[in-house]
Amino acid sequence: MPSLAECQRNFARALLDPCLPPPGGIRVPADAVLEERFAVYRNNVAVGLIEALRASFPVVERLVGADFFTAMARAHALQSPPSSPVLLEYGGQFPDFIERFEPAAPVPYLAEVARLEWLCQESYHAVDAAALALSALEAVPVDHLPELKLRLHPSARIGSFSHPALSIWRLHGRGADFTAADIPARGEAVLIVRPQMAVEIHELSPGALAFLRSLQANRSIESAVTAALGSEPGIGLARLLRALFTAGAFAGFLGPRKAQR
Amino acid sequence: MKHFPAAGVALKPQHVERILSTRPSIGCFEVHAENYMGAGGPPHRQLAAIRDSYPLSIHGVGLSLGGADDLDARHLERLRALVRRYQPALVSEHLAWTSHESRCVNDLLPVPYTRAALERVADHVDRTQNALGRQILLENPSTYLAFECDEMTECDFIAELSRRTGCGLLLDVNNVYVASINRGGDASAYLSAFPMHRVQEIHLAGHSARVDGRGRSLLVDSHDAPVANAVWDLFAAVLAQLGRMPTIVERDSHIPSWEALHAEAQHAEALIDTRTRELARAVAC
Repeated sequence: MPSLAECQRNFARALLDPCLPPPGGIRVPADAVLEERFAVYRNNVAVGLIEALRASFPVVERLVGADFFTAMARAHALQSPPSSPVLLEYGGQFPDFIERFEPAAPVPYLAEVARLEWLCQESYHAVDAAALALSALEAVPVDHLPELKLRLHPSARIGSFSHPALSIWRLHGRGADFTAADIPARGEAVLIVRPQMAVEIHELSPGALAFLRSLQANRSIESAVTAALGSEPGIGLARLLRALFTAGAFAGFLGPRKAQR
Repeated sequence: MKHFPAAGVALKPQHVERILSTRPSIGCFEVHAENYMGAGGPPHRQLAAIRDSYPLSIHGVGLSLGGADDLDARHLERLRALVRRYQPALVSEHLAWTSHESRCVNDLLPVPYTRAALERVADHVDRTQNALGRQILLENPSTYLAFECDEMTECDFIAELSRRTGCGLLLDVNNVYVASINRGGDASAYLSAFPMHRVQEIHLAGHSARVDGRGRSLLVDSHDAPVANAVWDLFAAVLAQLGRMPTIVERDSHIPSWEALHAEAQHAEALIDTRTRELARAVAC
């Protein structure tokens, strides 16, 4: 008699490889077709994983159509099934897979749109936290502000793309208020954040991107300002800070002990 | 005597707003544990609001109790945290495996009914109940095939598992029907062999029917349709034996309107009321 582990290894291998015959050791009634019975499990596995990907990448699906998406998702699912049973976490590797998926090569921005959708998915499920109000900084003496470290909101995700991924996403998203003519011929960067229950996407200028990346790397406001000015000399810092606080980009700050009072 | 409703439904995110604004009278809402294992966001906001007004049942689909591998400690911990957070009335899982060697295939796969598998699954159920600090209910599977190495019937396997671990049972009546047709067996005979005294919850769901290459009927536990008449009949027969029992109507695909799903729960409730009255009368005589 095969061990339980052996039995399940053979079963799992045949599930994920459509070229393999059904595993040995299984039986069905004499009047039934064994291959069709095993195919029910095979189909359940593939469909379950494909649908999980479809739910997280709706705009990718709209860009390539349902049939192409299904084929691409199936290829990914069979090659890289999830390692966790929590399917809302499944899909983080899909953008990389799309980038290498040859049939998708004619849509060069597809992987970046997928990355944008995945960041939204992460933000949606991130831990809840109250957004920090700009007024919270009022208690900090002005001369301590440069040393302060602003902590990004746990739902904040930053993405920068070599294609106009945000514009393409907007054009093909629900309730599109965009036309193809609005798509710029350059890369785009975004801040994705969910200060309450809705995921919001904000476009970032090069300076804003440098500023947030710097804060994300746990640097002080002063270094972040230097980075922002380095990539965008004319950036309006007061306006940027106000916009980021309004977006709910931060959840707290760390500073010199005396600054925290 | 007026009872609290016993019948409930699987909670679907698209129904939550309607439920919270209409506050229907319903026994319970059931959710898949794994859908609420994210850290935060709208899913938890919705579930907390539902939990404020209704009893909850947490139904796991990913623990892989029937797996040869050790239980995934991280997953068990997440389940423990979820149960602690929401304090559900019922917690259940499946007699099935879903992962092997760190690959999760996301389907409820069949377990061979051998003594070795029984040892393994009993150990996993023990560990789960110890981690959660409470009894769990184990659901009978819908199956499409069996194993040559089987040493006992499914009912004997389940009865022994429940006896050894003290776990309760979730009797999925649709699974009984689907597996019986697929096996070429008799659903009533299955039910008379099933350890009914351990049942604490019932599941109902729709299935899809097709015909295989040899013209034989093949039922798939697809949860994409209303409960079939044959399954309602079996349910009524089970109720005649068990009386009032928490019952969940499941639906995972082709999700109907809230009203249509609620109507199925109300039909289940009416059957529960009738059968329970008959049972009470029979006992009184």
